[in-house]
Amino acid sequence: MMLHTWIAIVVLALESTVGDILITRAMKQIGDLHELRRRAGVFHVISRVLTSGTLLLGIVFMALAFFSLLLALSWADVSLVGPASASLTFVSNAVAARIFLHERVDHRRWAATAFVAAGVVLLAS
Amino acid sequence: MTPRKYLVLASIMVLGACGDVSLSRGMKSVGSVSLHQWTHLFAAIANPWVLCGIVLLVGFMATYLTALSWADLTFVLPATSFGYILLAGLSKVFLHENVTPKRWLGIMLITVGVGFVATGPSLTPDHVPESKSKTTVAGGGR
Repeated sequence: MMLHTWIAIVVLALESTVGDILITRAMKQIGDLHELRRRAGVFHVISRVLTSGTLLLGIVFMALAFFSLLLALSWADVSLVGPASASLTFVSNAVAARIFLHERVDHRRWAATAFVAAGVVLLAS
Repeated sequence: MTPRKYLVLASIMVLGACGDVSLSRGMKSVGSVSLHQWTHLFAAIANPWVLCGIVLLVGFMATYLTALSWADLTFVLPATSFGYILLAGLSKVFLHENVTPKRWLGIMLITVGVGFVATGPSLTPDHVPESKSKTTVAGGGR
């Protein structure tokens, strides 16, 4: 296992976490889409979503994560890169959501994150 | 949590898993693309399976954004992780893969993980207006 493969996996997990955090923040700023659609109509919802700078920045990070995945796949097997980056992303998302989004990550959510991360590793191995 | 919200979470799993399987099937028939010839990826869009996968994943993104507009990220991610199991099942049907004991153990761990969040609130109480927090947090609504 080469060092640059691990670096690519960590970079991939970080980009994907930053993307998820930005997208979640944008959607919380926009508010409940069901409510918004009921008040202002579906076209207003679409224009609000597509004109959110935070959301578009989040999508840019998601795209960067996708290209890092392609790069990592050219160095190592998908059976290693896939589960390693997915479970790392689950854990880093929980930490980042607590710090940056002030989500209350209680025991239940930590346990869920750990179980799902371990399950993904076994499922993909 | 209303039935409509459960439907959104279910759609995230189904659209995501079907989109991935469809893309994967399309890319297998397109063949491997090296990084030096990355422009060949554009030609892959002409493949009907790849196109179908993209349409499904756009639907996945729309439902994912909808869920994040009323629930926490740390709720949505584990709650929709059944999608990994669905993906394993679909791969078995389409690619005739064996489900090894190790994979069954993985499926069990994910199921237990989903059980942990399914019984908890979907939104951090601070994000709910003060007057509504007592009545709506347990139901997860905003």
